Amino acid sequence: MDRKLLSGNEAIARGAYEAGVKVCSAYPGTPSTEIFENLPQYKDSLYCEWAPNEKVATEVAYGASIAGVRSLCAMKHVGVNVAADPIFTAAYNGVNGGFVIVSADDPSMHSSQNEQDNRYYAKAAKIPMIEPSDSQECKDFLKAAYEISEQFDLPVLFRTVTRVDHSKSIVTLGERTEHVAPPYARNTRKYISSPANAYRNHPKVEENLNKLREYGKTCPLNRVEMNGTKIGVVTASIAYYYAKDAFPEDTSFLKLGLTNPLPIDLIRDFASKVDELYVVEELEGFMEEQMHAAGIACKGKELIGNMYELNPQIVKERVFGVKPEITDVGVTAVSRPPALCPGCPHRGFFYTMSKHKNFVIAGDIGCYTLGGSAPLNALDSVVCMGGGFTVAMGMAKAFEAEGVTDKKVFGVLGDSTFFHSGMTGAAEIVYNNGNLIPVVLDNSITGMTGHQDNPGTGFNLRGEIAEKIRIEDVLRGYGYKNVIIVDPQDLKAMEQAVQDAMNSTERAAIIVRRPCLLIKRIKHDIGKCTVDTTKCIGCKKCIGVGCPAILVENKKAKIDHNQCVGCTVCAQVCPMGAISREEK
Amino acid sequence: MTKTKSALLVGVGGQGAILTAKVLVNGLMEAGYDVKMSEVHGMSQRGGSVSTQVLWGEKVNSPVIGYGAADIVVAFEKMEAVRYANFLKPDGIAVINDYEMASSSIAAGLCEYPQGCLEAMESHFKCHVLKAGEIAESLGSAKCMNIVLFGSMVKALGMDKVVDWEDVIARTVPAKFKELNLKAYRAGHDAVKE
Repeated sequence: MDRKLLSGNEAIARGAYEAGVKVCSAYPGTPSTEIFENLPQYKDSLYCEWAPNEKVATEVAYGASIAGVRSLCAMKHVGVNVAADPIFTAAYNGVNGGFVIVSADDPSMHSSQNEQDNRYYAKAAKIPMIEPSDSQECKDFLKAAYEISEQFDLPVLFRTVTRVDHSKSIVTLGERTEHVAPPYARNTRKYISSPANAYRNHPKVEENLNKLREYGKTCPLNRVEMNGTKIGVVTASIAYYYAKDAFPEDTSFLKLGLTNPLPIDLIRDFASKVDELYVVEELEGFMEEQMHAAGIACKGKELIGNMYELNPQIVKERVFGVKPEITDVGVTAVSRPPALCPGCPHRGFFYTMSKHKNFVIAGDIGCYTLGGSAPLNALDSVVCMGGGFTVAMGMAKAFEAEGVTDKKVFGVLGDSTFFHSGMTGAAEIVYNNGNLIPVVLDNSITGMTGHQDNPGTGFNLRGEIAEKIRIEDVLRGYGYKNVIIVDPQDLKAMEQAVQDAMNSTERAAIIVRRPCLLIKRIKHDIGKCTVDTTKCIGCKKCIGVGCPAILVENKKAKIDHNQCVGCTVCAQVCPMGAISREEK
Repeated sequence: MTKTKSALLVGVGGQGAILTAKVLVNGLMEAGYDVKMSEVHGMSQRGGSVSTQVLWGEKVNSPVIGYGAADIVVAFEKMEAVRYANFLKPDGIAVINDYEMASSSIAAGLCEYPQGCLEAMESHFKCHVLKAGEIAESLGSAKCMNIVLFGSMVKALGMDKVVDWEDVIARTVPAKFKELNLKAYRAGHDAVKE
């Protein structure tokens, strides 16, 4: 058997391949992205794609299930918010081919705007939930998820967390088992979610869940490890391994893989075999609440808390009061916050916006969220994917209602976000006559998640050339008669574009267009900038563009040639003409 | 087999800590250890502080460690050694690249690079300090700095005989950089005194 060190995400991709999955759709989002980045290697056996957003991805995968094949969709935890609509109804309708939705949660918010606990989605949507603890389980449990989906006629929520997705551990690979769809037959009673059908489907969902609850007692994904009768721990996901390291060796474990519906009889039986029972779970007390409700005495959240990632040392400290031996070396490191890369096209845009103190700017999720950081400080809010346009719309309407006239409102989002859920906001602004200027920061890639293609890039997940949807065509089609396209690296042109949009008598939108410098398939114009120290007066205006390549040395600006790419944004803001560019 | 050991590789995004971890992991797997490795992706890739944890032993449970639990910290930048010092066991070892990289907040003049990072580490832990970047440059390319540090780490942990590391490096790095990286490994190894 082939053994490989795989991340959880790589193992999920492998699991989809081995399970005979044929249709896969996703929108990228940390920590889920690498699942789909690892699917094209199996493209001779399965179809995989980047969808414009998570709702689309879920619907595509569910459609494939209705047609009879095994299907997969994957998203980060907040993506499930976007996809929730089809997920809830798919539970009522049920499946034909097995249908699995991967929800990758991000405790501690390494790369997220909140740390919502998506286990509650499984409960609310009335669907089975499976939680793997390591890469081997990511692969094996995913295969089991398809069996469970088909056996109980329900979609399965496959819930991971960052540490499971991004940690690597050793996996024994298996072979692909082909899953052949039965000949397609229309089944309107099952798949048309009309009120009458839905009314009749609800009891079926409850019945399926009851069967699943019964199955949970003997399900091989749940296992008991009896090592003693003093202490017992009920746990799941990565918390299992934290508890294994934190608790004494004679601790017994009920390690759950199928966590919705929670196998409460199994837990009760386990509880009866130990003197003291603990529940170790990250984030909310999802299992503990249900155990308390069932009258099972246990300790968990009162000790462990419901915020941020855990680790063995944290669990040990909170449960047993054993503090880790921390050495204070007496020197404190200063923060090293992420910043827009040297040469990032977003820099020229945000620098321009930062010069106007009357601008109110609603931002969005992506690399350009960093436009809100010092020294650019050019954002008022960031809420969610697609929220840039529409949050700005609400602010503009509020200013109108309050008679505030000295503010100018902008809504800002990226190219991938535009296709994700910015388009509906663009329609809203035209339809309801919003007094604001929508701006698309088009760097021709989905940047923050590590360069995935989208409907505007001209390529698809499988690396093939795809129809390239032009953002300007979409905006013009919506009624933006004045679409201004500008290169943000030219600060004069950038400022002019903003002024032109504000003075436009026709409905205006701005597309700020320059490809991300990290896109490998594009030949970029790379140079390097140098400071003439005889001309530099140390005014630090260049520091104001927030470029990691510029620092102050002996009261003069200095540019690190290892980092500089010669974008000249700093040179354009230098009042002394002290910065010049040469070819690299 | 021993109980689980843990290494923390820290630096700034883009310094090559991932390749170092890969060489380490490949060797440990060949030597028959259970291995787990964890890294943080996402926003931290863009000029931020990055860390990779590698754990090995007969059976590894958690893929991550918390404070006071690392056997060794390999710091690709000296302020990062200080940042992650609280992860080291009191008798832990630090391999530190004597190299200073300003953060964007320092470059912007919002704060200053802390003084005395190396001295602070040396007064609390067993440290091996080297100028890995200069050593790498003298060998032909600053890019092999990560393998210089890897050589020091192997020596510092006394893991020379766990596996034929030169062979592992030769098979892990791109073929055209093989000789350079082997030289880097030896140089890093020899920079650590008993």
